[in-house]
Amino acid sequence: MKVESNLNSGRTEPLLRVTGLSQQFVQRRTLSRSKFTVNAFSDVDLALFAGRTLALVGESGAGKSSLARCVALLDQPTAGKIELEGRDLLALGRKALIPIHGQIQMIFQDPTSAMNPSRSAGEIIAEPLVVQGEGTKAQRRERALHLMEQVGLDPRSEGKRPFEFSGGQRQRLAIARGLALGPRVLIFDEVLSNLDALNQSLILRLLADLQRSHSLAYLHVSHDLRLVSEFADDVALMCEGQIVEQQDARKLFESPKHSYTRDLLATVQSVDSILLERSA
Amino acid sequence: MRDCWARPVGDCLETLLAVKNLNVAYRSADGSTQVAVENASCEIGAGEVLGLMGESGCGKTSIALALLGLLGAEQAQVSGSIQFRGKELLTMGEREMREIRGSGISMVFQEPGIALNPVMRVREQVAEVIHAHKQMSWEKCQEEAQSALVRVGLPDTPRIFSAYPHQLSGGQRQRVTLAQALACEPALVIADEPTAAVDARSQQELLRLLQQLQREMGIAILMISHSAEVQARLADRLMVMERGRIVEQGRFEELYRRPSHPCTRAMLRAPMAADDAEELDFATVT
Repeated sequence: MKVESNLNSGRTEPLLRVTGLSQQFVQRRTLSRSKFTVNAFSDVDLALFAGRTLALVGESGAGKSSLARCVALLDQPTAGKIELEGRDLLALGRKALIPIHGQIQMIFQDPTSAMNPSRSAGEIIAEPLVVQGEGTKAQRRERALHLMEQVGLDPRSEGKRPFEFSGGQRQRLAIARGLALGPRVLIFDEVLSNLDALNQSLILRLLADLQRSHSLAYLHVSHDLRLVSEFADDVALMCEGQIVEQQDARKLFESPKHSYTRDLLATVQSVDSILLERSA
Repeated sequence: MRDCWARPVGDCLETLLAVKNLNVAYRSADGSTQVAVENASCEIGAGEVLGLMGESGCGKTSIALALLGLLGAEQAQVSGSIQFRGKELLTMGEREMREIRGSGISMVFQEPGIALNPVMRVREQVAEVIHAHKQMSWEKCQEEAQSALVRVGLPDTPRIFSAYPHQLSGGQRQRVTLAQALACEPALVIADEPTAAVDARSQQELLRLLQQLQREMGIAILMISHSAEVQARLADRLMVMERGRIVEQGRFEELYRRPSHPCTRAMLRAPMAADDAEELDFATVT
């Protein structure tokens, strides 16, 4: 089912390249010694470019989040390569990986569960800097305030706890923390799905601005094809652990090649067409 | 605001629920109060679907909880009037209220994983609802529960009936909560983001099912959802909230074609004017 990736034709070298990546989970049957393996995903190739967004699309259980976590170096894949500017990251030892974590950051679906509820906004943003041992306390605070401003939060609310912010603001807080170490690759796992339409478009606008000003490479996991059509440059479609189609976003929406893609696109209906259907 | 649209579509619809000047304010630990709903008034006719949209935190769920009498006096101040079939709910005793919950007004929650009891088989969970409202033997309740589960499109097999919630998929679990909500044939169902936790395909199936059951059983629905597509499919009328106030209500199509409030425009993803966007951006950040 492997598809030829036609993403890097005539373009510069990718910032992050994933080749033949696979992950298996070994599980044991209940009350038995026999083991069996589950393939989360297998033989995945992806390429992320500076200043571009690759959307990873698929239904629940397709393996999107497992793949995203591996690319973010939060989980160990079973096989394959992850290269950042030609440097094989999986060959590096734990110590050598620590500074790399600052280059690739992940932002999660539910910001509430991704933050320590008893820390203030300022502390949460500065935490990655503490972990990496960067700057003095005053410098870290200054950086945190600057980041709050960058993501559209009032720096005066640095002392507030996560629960005092709205859902959209909390997601902005998570983005600010993701930016703290000056990463070059950001991985988003369904960051828009808990938000209302208004906050979705505001966050999308923020992400586009940040991408332009920092020339960031984005990997954006989403199951919402309508939203994907708004933000993606390229789309990779995942089904049962495999990438079945990888395309320029416009081409994919205009002329999907794979039958699975066509099926999925058929579930997206505009308000106008629904109203037409109802009045009929 | 177009006041004429605050009433159900068509004069023939009998008013099922009338909310007048509803105020909800939460008490916090230091004695201060936080206003969640301010002066909300609306009506739902029998068999009508009223959509409710608004930013996160604008008070949608607070209205739902107030309708079900789930806001305790120690937790929140609720004032105004909520009349269900002509009876005032806000001054009603707990015993009477319990009779209305489930058989008069019921609710479908966003996260079926949280709403269901993890250590109870799904048939028993649905039977429990029936047992609370009807004078029937437990065995008879279980039989009724099975037909309620089949009615929401779950396969008619013992494997499903005797399953625990974790053995079902997300879409199936949401069907179980729907079966619970519909088991006693309520007149009004409050659906709070019923399809937000499932993927596009199950979402479509669930909405079709909800629409079909609503027509067959003549239930009124208060549909809380962020998604313009979900509202377009089901809602007869739409109500838009911003920071605790109802800013606009009217026929869905009317609002979609000619939204008069910037918040409505943003929620329905109608093309947004640049200055509107800026104004709203400012409002969310501060």
